[in-house]
Amino acid sequence: MSVDGSTDLARASVAALAKVLAAKEVSAVELATLFLDRIDAHRDLNVFLDVRPDVTLAQAREADRRRAAGETGPLLGVPLAHKDIFVTRDWASTAASRMLKGYMSPFDATVVEQLAAAGMVCLGKVNCDEFAMGSSNENSAYGPVLNPWDKGAVPGGSSGGSSAAVAARIAPVATATDTGGSIREPAAFTGITGTKPTYGRPSRWGMIAFASSLDTAGLMTVSAEDAAIVLSAMMGFDPRDSTSVDRPPEDCTRDLERPVKGLRIGVPKEFFGPGLSPDVEQSVRAALDVYRGLGAELVEISLPNAALGIPVYYVVAPAECSSNLSRFDGVRYGHRASKYRDLEDMISRSRAEGLGPEPKRRILIGTYVLSHGYYDAYYLKAQQVRRLIADEFRRAFETCDIIAGPVTSTVAFGFGEKAADPVSMYLADLYTVPGSLAGIPSMSIPCGFGDKGRPVGLQLMADYFQEARMLGAAHQYQLATDWHRRVPAGF
Amino acid sequence: MTNPNWEVVIGLETHAQLSTQSKIFSGAPTAFGAEPNSQASLVDLALPGVLPVLNRGAVERAIRFGLSVGATVNRRSIFARKNYFYPDLPKGYQISQYEIPVVSGGGITIEVGGVEKYVRLTRAHLEEDAGKSLHEDFHGMSGIDLNRAGTPLLEIVSEPDMRSSAEAVAYAKKLHELVQWIGICDGNMQEGSFRCDANVSVRRRGTETFGTRCEIKNLNSFRFLEQAIEYEVERQIELIEGGGRVVQETRLFDPDRVETRTMRSKEDAQDYRYFPDPDLLPLVIDDAWIARVGSEMPALPEVQRSRLVEVHGLSVQDAQALTASRATVDYFEAMLAALPGEAKLCANWLMGELSARLNREQIDLARAPIDAPQLAALLRRITDGTLSGKMAKDVFDAMWNGDGTADAVIAARGLAQISDAGAIAAIVDEVIAANPKSVEEFRAGKDKAFNALVGQVMKASKGKANPQQVTDLLRARLG
Repeated sequence: MSVDGSTDLARASVAALAKVLAAKEVSAVELATLFLDRIDAHRDLNVFLDVRPDVTLAQAREADRRRAAGETGPLLGVPLAHKDIFVTRDWASTAASRMLKGYMSPFDATVVEQLAAAGMVCLGKVNCDEFAMGSSNENSAYGPVLNPWDKGAVPGGSSGGSSAAVAARIAPVATATDTGGSIREPAAFTGITGTKPTYGRPSRWGMIAFASSLDTAGLMTVSAEDAAIVLSAMMGFDPRDSTSVDRPPEDCTRDLERPVKGLRIGVPKEFFGPGLSPDVEQSVRAALDVYRGLGAELVEISLPNAALGIPVYYVVAPAECSSNLSRFDGVRYGHRASKYRDLEDMISRSRAEGLGPEPKRRILIGTYVLSHGYYDAYYLKAQQVRRLIADEFRRAFETCDIIAGPVTSTVAFGFGEKAADPVSMYLADLYTVPGSLAGIPSMSIPCGFGDKGRPVGLQLMADYFQEARMLGAAHQYQLATDWHRRVPAGF
Repeated sequence: MTNPNWEVVIGLETHAQLSTQSKIFSGAPTAFGAEPNSQASLVDLALPGVLPVLNRGAVERAIRFGLSVGATVNRRSIFARKNYFYPDLPKGYQISQYEIPVVSGGGITIEVGGVEKYVRLTRAHLEEDAGKSLHEDFHGMSGIDLNRAGTPLLEIVSEPDMRSSAEAVAYAKKLHELVQWIGICDGNMQEGSFRCDANVSVRRRGTETFGTRCEIKNLNSFRFLEQAIEYEVERQIELIEGGGRVVQETRLFDPDRVETRTMRSKEDAQDYRYFPDPDLLPLVIDDAWIARVGSEMPALPEVQRSRLVEVHGLSVQDAQALTASRATVDYFEAMLAALPGEAKLCANWLMGELSARLNREQIDLARAPIDAPQLAALLRRITDGTLSGKMAKDVFDAMWNGDGTADAVIAARGLAQISDAGAIAAIVDEVIAANPKSVEEFRAGKDKAFNALVGQVMKASKGKANPQQVTDLLRARLG
């Protein structure tokens, strides 16, 4: 295969890969080898935490065998990477924490199972913020991931490894998780398509929990079309997850060809306030103009309570995390301190050594807001406001089909710029947190470049279970633009 | 132990282990006594990425309990996390119910010294048990056994309505009977399936407000419950009368020394940081579910007792004895179904011959070698005159020893009672002819002589003649 040919393959969409695999122009083994080589060549990005070529190639050989046996399917033989929040039998599952260094799970997450059943070939596990807590991937115990567009910039977080992997085309698709923006913000920062479906649609079984009422599995892809194809394989009821929605699996590609003519796009005025930097605003407004040009109707809407999203989120998410992370006590698995006085000391030291600063910060916040005497003022109040925010979206969707706006207020920032100031880091989630609190599907698609040539994302949000409609609107935009085809120099 | 100056106030929190096959939030089995950690699933071990799924069987048992004590089964209840660190608590929190339990209110009527009293229940909620820490078996280390982790419990909380250890014991016994009766708990106290925490305080008679209470944990026998409360009451009274003050705390009962000891004081009390478990949806129970559970429930002991008295004409004592357990009354009902109208005979044999035999051989009714239809078939041979009561006891012995059904034993041993009037008359005539002296004595007014003649007839018939017919015929012939 020629160098150009392999570059084309590396840059191909899932849809394109499906075609060449089906035509037997390339085998799953050849594809896996190509991406494993790229992973190796770009190790400086620090994307992958665990790569096991022998396992990957065995999965690829199995995909080829299935195809030879007559099986077809749009994902058979297509490689992917899993965020290290999903547990896997064959690769270590660490949540990018020292606490779980080298931890081997005895089972696969449902999403991992579903995509393997569809024939996808796993390239390994990718980096993220520790326990998915962060907006820059600087919180990984295994070092930060570099943004392929600008190695001085963060790739976003927490799914920074997933976004960088797809942006650098060292994986054609990567799973990711979104709790307050952990898919959309890194997708925006790296110029790719990041999709968070409705809370409760993909199963949470096998996702290492951060904030259970918010954690949602999703995808980093090159295009909305790819997201629709892969997402269709990871929906559906899972009896092992009590919060899984009991609806039949869905073909998320069904609205891809639907024109946006007449589509009512709600534009929340609060998302264009003084905090939004001009370069981002310019790209986002240009994207809205593209939609208008395609015949969509822009409707100004108001989400006055959305601004309360950040304080609500930083009560609810830490509260749940403080409890979810209690299982990491050094008793049954994970890091155990080497020296301790007694049982209590063993638990304290193991946690002190095993958990990084951001999980600790959130455990402290969460423990505080759940404490006796503070519960009503913080947690209960936050849940009430959360309900208001969800109601607000419901009302908004009575007047529009899709909501569009910025994903982040700025383009990707530099390493260390916000690390010293946690609150400014938390504010990076301003536009993404409301959708997470409501549990609605939302996504980021690339829509231009801002300061220092760094990518800008456009956020699309839809009502519950309307991911197909949302993906269709995104695809129509991508048919009219080529931002999503841009690849950073050197990749 | 009534003290003229002091009144005792007791409330109980009882943990009943629910008799489900699998755990409350995982599919692991709940059987007792397995190899350590052999019954702990991924969920019980709290591995990264696992999630709880509620066992419907546990909910049904909670509904059954609610219905049996006249409580409200809440249509919507919430599972909450109780957060604390302990090595045998794998998740670092226990899933329990806090603000809204599955069952609210209700009550139980107890009887002490012939006086009835209604003890109100505050609530009953579902929760999971923790594992076990084994500190003794490992030198310088602690072992953790997670087999028990995730076992379903129903915590039943009473109001502070009891005023003596006797009332507390009566309440605990009544509750113990009830949970077994409705089939939600095996009641095995040795294995910890039924255990009580007692909240005890004292106040001077006439005082309105409650005294400061102490909670005595994990009392797993009625005797320990009684001893612990009595010790604690005495301790508190002595303390106050000596000028001291009761400190709110959790205490442990030491059965060897028959005393309670401080476990932790209120100052050390943990802040459990309860909040609704985001992994579990609210538990919604609709009317149809409650109705179905209700329709499958056995009648309660009180209802059964009054039915036995009013419908079947049994004495209160018999009714009491027959409703000692559901197995007993079920056995009785099955006998009666096979032998309608013979309630008294069935009750006598069940409480007499069968019970005595079971007791002597230490066998459960459920494992009795003679089942209810078989015993009823034996009794039918009494009511139809085939067997005398005494002969029936011999047949019973044979049946117990595995010689087959009543009819098979009767046939094999030629035991059938002779009720044929002609055959008996022939024997009676022979006996009269052969014993002129006895006949003469009888006619002279000696009743003893009559009994001797009956004895002769029975002897001649090898005990098979129907005694009533023999008596009647002899009187007729000699009259």
